[in-house]
Amino acid sequence: MSTIDAGVGLAEDLFGPTPPTGPGPAAAPAPGGDTPIKIIPGVSRGDRIFRVLFRSAGLSVFAIMGLIALFLIIRGAQALRITGWSFLTEQRWQTEAARFGVGAVLPDGIIIAVIALLIAVPVALSAALWISEYAPSGLRRTLISLVDLMAAVPSIVYGLWGLVFLTPRIIGFERWLSTHLGGVLPFLKVRNPEIATSYTQSAFIAGVVVALMIIPVVCSLSREVFSQAPTGEREGAYALGSTRWGMVRTVVLPFGRGGMIGAVMLGFGRAMGETIAVALIISPVFAVTSHPLQAGGNSISSLIALRYGESDKVALSALMAAGLVLFAITLLVNMVASAIISRSRSGAATNE
Amino acid sequence: MTLIDTAASGGATGGGTAYLDADSGQVRVRPGSVTAADVGTLAGAAVGALGLVWLVYERIMPWSGALGFWLCWYVAFLFFYWGIARTQWEVRHVREKIAAALFTGAGIFVLAVLVDLVGYVWWRGEKAVSHGNFLTTDMQKTGPLDGLNSGGVLHAMIGSLEQLGLATLFAVPLGIAAAVFMSEIGGRLARPVRTVITAMTALPSIVAGLFVLGSVILALGYDRSGFAASLALTVMMMPIVTRASEVVIRIVPNTLREASYALGGSQWRTVWNVVLPTARSGLTTAILLGMARAVGETSPVLLTAGFTSGKNANPFSGQQVSLPLYVWNYVRYPQADMKVRAFGGALTLMAIVMILFVAARIAGGRRPGELSRRRRRQMTRERIRGAGPSAAAPRPPAVRPAPTAAAVIHPEPEPAS
Repeated sequence: MSTIDAGVGLAEDLFGPTPPTGPGPAAAPAPGGDTPIKIIPGVSRGDRIFRVLFRSAGLSVFAIMGLIALFLIIRGAQALRITGWSFLTEQRWQTEAARFGVGAVLPDGIIIAVIALLIAVPVALSAALWISEYAPSGLRRTLISLVDLMAAVPSIVYGLWGLVFLTPRIIGFERWLSTHLGGVLPFLKVRNPEIATSYTQSAFIAGVVVALMIIPVVCSLSREVFSQAPTGEREGAYALGSTRWGMVRTVVLPFGRGGMIGAVMLGFGRAMGETIAVALIISPVFAVTSHPLQAGGNSISSLIALRYGESDKVALSALMAAGLVLFAITLLVNMVASAIISRSRSGAATNE
Repeated sequence: MTLIDTAASGGATGGGTAYLDADSGQVRVRPGSVTAADVGTLAGAAVGALGLVWLVYERIMPWSGALGFWLCWYVAFLFFYWGIARTQWEVRHVREKIAAALFTGAGIFVLAVLVDLVGYVWWRGEKAVSHGNFLTTDMQKTGPLDGLNSGGVLHAMIGSLEQLGLATLFAVPLGIAAAVFMSEIGGRLARPVRTVITAMTALPSIVAGLFVLGSVILALGYDRSGFAASLALTVMMMPIVTRASEVVIRIVPNTLREASYALGGSQWRTVWNVVLPTARSGLTTAILLGMARAVGETSPVLLTAGFTSGKNANPFSGQQVSLPLYVWNYVRYPQADMKVRAFGGALTLMAIVMILFVAARIAGGRRPGELSRRRRRQMTRERIRGAGPSAAAPRPPAVRPAPTAAAVIHPEPEPAS
């Protein structure tokens, strides 16, 4: 907010309004006109139009989000009327038989997102710390650009890479996990462990690819927070004889905790909404995946991407309703995350 | 909150630390210097771990796969590093080394993934792009069994660029206006708008497509077209532009605004003639980054643009394919040549993203108010020429004006023509 808001009308207003004499406590009767002149900035017509115009542009985001919600509700209403609340629990997706719901695709999508987070968060936070604290300062700008570039790589490229490059190379690792840790952690077991195809198209591979996609998001957000840790406290830590890791542990990490949590939640929202990579890799099933290493998985967004071509009205409406569920969940997660981030980031709302 | 790392206060007596070295009775602290012992420890741990893991992984245990190998190597390396470092340094110092190795490892991993991603797409896609016809023909006359010297990506490139252009046309004015609202006008509503924008940047792209499908195509009855796709892209692009441009508008120095007000400028004059020109380089970056993000979006386009194998240069009527959609469609063919075509499309797409990205970096290399080298030289030349006749007599060489400093403090707002 600018401190001086006076427009062209300042000169007229300078001597215009007489200071209030009655009720105000500040208006004590002073001798010889010593009362401070209250300046009321004038707003020209041009400014008024400018403000209205730009304010409406700012408020248009509410309109866009509102319209998105409105249309999803209107379009999805038909399907929701057929199923009622069982839409949230029904696992099957048979739109002709009026038995459909997100009971399976929603948890499956969450499983993929959780796998992605388990891989992405440690890597992304460490990489963010490396860039902001450890990397040579001459390289820092380049590294930031490269992470941004990684965020700009289209999701279809990630999907293609995951399908053609990663899948054949990760099967060995999956098999290793399944045979050696499957005894301890039964959810890692696979139905036909000797055949390679029981490992492809699994929720795990999709999770790995989605993890690579959200690493730059989490990394750049948390790096931003880390780099804002106050210099005084950093130098204080060094002056007390701390090593760099000691400084990171006692200054940077506590300072950036809110931002880190927010970044991880935004990453989760991203992972939930990721469509193309998941749709390319998994083979869709309509049951809750209890064994993520095994072929088959699903998510709301990949369901929509694979079935949008159906011409049946109820089928489309059901997809809209599923999209509404996804929209509501990601909106909630993202709102909470961005509230946490903006609270943790001091000075976001002011001019420094 | 304690700021000291007190973990190793006990055993800090040894004279073997690299940072403190006793030299003729004086303790010299040399933080951050790399000694031969540092390098030796690192290299020894890396090589030792490699040997052990190779032996166990390849020879003793029945395991295979490069991914698992390098994972095991990394874990073994950290243990080795800890052990070797522990023999010469105190615990606190070792912990510092391990933390640095962990973070550096993560950073290098991320970079390696990026390089692999780009390199693999290049390697596979180059086979398609090296055929001259790939960038100049469409897929109209190409069947699934035709070789790579038939068919191409031209129609998808046209579609991508047109949809991107339309989306930029819609999203940029709206996005920058919203950013100006948040930073220049403000008020009670600025904070909720910022929260919604942040949430909107992470809006699932499929929902944007679903929204346009439900509103423009199903409710208003328009056919699938490039225009509908560009609307969906607008929804994705606008929050990115807004957030990035709000950041650069906010760091325009307040003194410039106050100078403009002091000269009697109204608020919109100030924004138009001072704030926006000052932030121009940052705004360009914001726009280009938004474009780079939008051109690669697949799912909004998938639901709204339709698909065609022929050229359709009119975004307002008829279905129009774009590059991501081209890749999405052809990678699912079983034929090897189709997959190569998909990689060729992905390479073309990556090239467009890269061009936009590099352009954004070049444009955004400067802080607001900082002038490019060329502009600075030009201003110096102008000043010398302007000062020429008058300065001829009294004191020519002494007053060599410092044009750079003056230029940085008072960047000239270009008159809005």
